[in-house]
Amino acid sequence: MKPVKVLTLSALLGSALVLGACSEEADTGATTGDGAEDSADSGDAQLQGEISIDGSSTVYPIAEAVAEEFMLEQPDVKVTVGLSGTGGGFEKFIAGETQMSNASRPIKEEESKALADAGIEYTEFQLAYDGLSVVVNKDNDWVDQLTVDELKKMWVDNGTAVKWSDVREGWPEEEIKFYSPGTDSGTYDYFNEIILEDAQINKTATLSEDDNVLVQGVTGDANAIGYFGYAYYLENKDNLKVVPIVNGEGKAVEPNAETIESGEYEPLSRPLFTYVDNAAIADDEAVAAYTQFTLENAAMLAEDVGYVSLPEEKYTEQLETLEGLK
Amino acid sequence: MENTARVKAEEMVGRIDGRLMKNKAIKGIFLTATVFTSIILIILLYRIISQGAPYLSWDFFQNFASRRPEQAGIKAAVVGTLWMMSVVIPTAAILGVGTAIYLEEYAKKNALTSWIQMNISNLAGVPSVVFGLLGLTIFVRVLGFGNSVLAAGFTMALLVLPVIIVAAQEAIRAVPNELKEASYGLGATKWQTIYRVVLPYAIPGIATGSILAFSRAIGETAPLIVVGIPTFVAFLPSGYLDSFTALPMQIYNWTSRPQVDFHNLAAAGIIILLGVLILMNSVAVWIRNRYQAR
Repeated sequence: MKPVKVLTLSALLGSALVLGACSEEADTGATTGDGAEDSADSGDAQLQGEISIDGSSTVYPIAEAVAEEFMLEQPDVKVTVGLSGTGGGFEKFIAGETQMSNASRPIKEEESKALADAGIEYTEFQLAYDGLSVVVNKDNDWVDQLTVDELKKMWVDNGTAVKWSDVREGWPEEEIKFYSPGTDSGTYDYFNEIILEDAQINKTATLSEDDNVLVQGVTGDANAIGYFGYAYYLENKDNLKVVPIVNGEGKAVEPNAETIESGEYEPLSRPLFTYVDNAAIADDEAVAAYTQFTLENAAMLAEDVGYVSLPEEKYTEQLETLEGLK
Repeated sequence: MENTARVKAEEMVGRIDGRLMKNKAIKGIFLTATVFTSIILIILLYRIISQGAPYLSWDFFQNFASRRPEQAGIKAAVVGTLWMMSVVIPTAAILGVGTAIYLEEYAKKNALTSWIQMNISNLAGVPSVVFGLLGLTIFVRVLGFGNSVLAAGFTMALLVLPVIIVAAQEAIRAVPNELKEASYGLGATKWQTIYRVVLPYAIPGIATGSILAFSRAIGETAPLIVVGIPTFVAFLPSGYLDSFTALPMQIYNWTSRPQVDFHNLAAAGIIILLGVLILMNSVAVWIRNRYQAR
């Protein structure tokens, strides 16, 4: 046994890789600070408890990744993540059935009021950015960029079919086919707020709760236009053409990791949120540790599942906020 | 004379031709219908199996859900579905068959029972989301079961109950009256008659109807979503009040993900679901054959 241990220890000094794989005992002795491994002080204290999370299906992949990693460190904390949608998640949060609620849009006034009535105080944390990507068919060679006004002109219902030529002169006289996420989704809510401004969406639009249906719709029709989360564009890059959107400074910007993180891709970049029950953070060590773990690892995990991380200082700021709530 | 007879004979031959043509045409329509349905079924199965089969491995059964498709497994969903069905099957069977026996054998045929009868038949057509809302209000909130195995199991049991009642009633009604009368004639009580004569005769029908209903409970997603069953669960339930996830939830989640690998995992999940269904249906066939042979 002894020579083996000596060998392990010497290897430990040499390579960080071995550090990750070696036994716990040696691990705590040699933590030199790197990423997720030693981030939470959770390594020492084994916590117990149940954490119930629900909400947006857009945020779900991040939440799933966080829960997966957290449970490797704290197997006795039973974390469950649901995908009832942003609105459905808040309903459960208000009923006190969940400790965390994921959202792909900021909380609405009536939801916030209902929480106040229920005596639930909450804190909003941002996890990552998503760039709503406006896409057209691969064969569409006329659209080079779009302004917010042009988007509004085509997407808002005016009672008649919209042709490409109505948007800009010189574009083909073909009817535009619209593909949009369903009205229950936070993605629709965000688009509604920024582009439609509460006006009725074009009645000819195909609405679907499944973004893959939208991807297929736009892929199959040369006159189609649609929008959805950046991850869906990224995955179907080869079959779709993304439209650069003119931002506030008059520059046409394509969504990608840099432009979304820097805020250059606007106004269609949106933060993804999680709302945490303050009382749960204060009273339940497991929830506090979980929230901390979430903020510490959100950047890496969000990118893993196709989202864009926030600038580092944002996470640091939010971790400070969390400290104040404990 | 001879001429007219010949004309008539020709006319008749002509009509026979027409009828034979019609006969062939109708056969053709039915054949087309069968071929069409079979082709769709074959395409569906082919697509699912070709997509999902490469992902079926021992690890797939051993792992919990994961953000990495190659590490994602279906353990929690399979075990969760089995736990849920262990609530659904006894609850729905006892309530359903009990109701059917009462309505057929004990209840007087009056306006009230026919009104109840009508409502049961109507309930069978109510969308499953509505049962989900009912379950959310009663089991999750009022009775405080939370999003547990018990709450989901009871909700699903309610969902399939009308189908089981109607199927069991049909089966009980098909028991020949002579058999029952013979039993009474020998001095048997009502319960003895039900237990020894009616049920053994009706069981194949009851089993077939019930198993079809349970298959529906395994595949339904909507009520589970409404009840608030989570999708990511990395532990197995250890009691009926624990959280869990079920096969349709996991499949639904995987199909809506952007990455193609997850779509393939969904196909693998569907193969598992089909496997469970086939297993259940074979149990139904086995029960039917066993009791019919008697």
